[in-house]
Amino acid sequence: MRDVVVELRGVSKAFGDKVVLDAVDLSVQRGEVLVILGGSGSGKSVSLRHMNGLTHPDSGDVFVDGAEISRLGEEELVPVRKKVGMLFQMGALFDSMSVFENVAFALWEHTKMTDGEVAARVTEVLGFVNLGPEVQPLLPSSLSGGMKKRVSLARTIALKPDVLLYDEPTTGLDPVTAMTINRLIVDLNSRLATTSVVVTHDIASALFVADRIAFLEKGRFVFAGTPGEARRSEVAALRAFLAAEESGPEEKSAP
Amino acid sequence: MSETFAAEGPSAPFWTLPRLRRWFRKVLSHLGGLGLLAWDLVREGRRRWEGGEILRQMDALGVQSIAIANLTCLFTGMVLALQTAHSLGQFGGKLFVGRAVILSLARELGPVLTALMLAARCGAGITAELGTMAVTEQVDALRALGASPVRKLVLPRVVAMTVMLPVLTLIAIFHGMLGGLLMAVFEIKIGASFYLSTTLQSLGFNDLMHGLCKTPVFGLEIALIGCYNGLGASGGADGVGRATTIAVVIASIAILVTDFFLTKLFIALPFG
Repeated sequence: MRDVVVELRGVSKAFGDKVVLDAVDLSVQRGEVLVILGGSGSGKSVSLRHMNGLTHPDSGDVFVDGAEISRLGEEELVPVRKKVGMLFQMGALFDSMSVFENVAFALWEHTKMTDGEVAARVTEVLGFVNLGPEVQPLLPSSLSGGMKKRVSLARTIALKPDVLLYDEPTTGLDPVTAMTINRLIVDLNSRLATTSVVVTHDIASALFVADRIAFLEKGRFVFAGTPGEARRSEVAALRAFLAAEESGPEEKSAP
Repeated sequence: MSETFAAEGPSAPFWTLPRLRRWFRKVLSHLGGLGLLAWDLVREGRRRWEGGEILRQMDALGVQSIAIANLTCLFTGMVLALQTAHSLGQFGGKLFVGRAVILSLARELGPVLTALMLAARCGAGITAELGTMAVTEQVDALRALGASPVRKLVLPRVVAMTVMLPVLTLIAIFHGMLGGLLMAVFEIKIGASFYLSTTLQSLGFNDLMHGLCKTPVFGLEIALIGCYNGLGASGGADGVGRATTIAVVIASIAILVTDFFLTKLFIALPFG
């Protein structure tokens, strides 16, 4: 049985009067692609942001590799964040920096690599996301939405994290580009031997990349299981979600 | 703010107790946030400084503000000269134009006007830039990559503003003096050499220090308030706009209030 790499235990979070997460429990097993599915505003992104300490819970615990992280300060979270990389919804590339500088950022920040080693690593990780060296001098403003996501993904994997968090990776992309990103998620997960947590409301994407799906509704996980189990689930909200995608892509076979 | 005011009806007076209480709470919360950011800044400042970024900010916030600061003090100097000559002309005040211009500029107007102009230009710029980074998740991305937004974004701007404002003020005071000289020669007709000699005789080292010593505090306030409001921006373009407005207003008020207390302090000191 695979070990648990990230775990939310009884995590609650409210913003003002609005309860976003209500004592949720969730385990992410090493090597899997877990998709957190749910409607807009259901707390998917908030649950993801707990996994690298960007958001702290009001109550409950968050474990990464068995260590509790929810009460750590920003400085103490640095080792956790080197281990748990995150791809943001809109890419969140630093728009004053070139593609090269964006991807090299974490290498400059956390390693003692020489300029040559950094350049080689940047070229390598851009290659992982199917981008050539010609994009390196470009500014993010001159990239398309899909390219921004891929550069952002390259930036995230540059430090070789164990866990990759994807916040709505296909939102705002055309279907072809979205499928490219989906394939990258699956490909990187096996090629880099990482664990991935993908937040999405895109059923097609979820069914394509997921080893397991966790369905979030009104601040609680009401379902967790394989895509096959999701299809057979009696949870009304999940059934309604899946029914909206009648002719989606074939689901990924279980690992 | 407008929502809460609207809830009490348009006819309700502004200074009701609940409103005062809310306003007071907001002020305290803002001051508390600024204090925490300043504390983070001190902690980060003891570790690693981003030398290249500090130089870049010194250029963006300081060097590129030279023109606006000089223009402000140039015209202020011209106006001061005209007003002094006009108001005190019948009492022989023309002889005091050089003295009035340089002392007003060096001790008070130069530092305060330069700081206010930079609060508008740089304070707004800092808040808008950091606010945009915050609402587009670039600040979160920095944190997610294990970098400190305080070290990467706040510290270089605070250091740059604190270092550059005294330099800018000194240059601006010089331009103000030149403005007075222009008026002295072409309008008041008192002669350049007389104006310059009275200016130099009147200006003591203490006068200059009295004004310049305030400016690092003003620079710190502008950058810190700009960064705090920028990093706290939320809600897209509207949120960034609101944060920018608030930052400029608060920085301007902070400059005027601290100017009063610093003036009082410096006057009480032996060299004041």
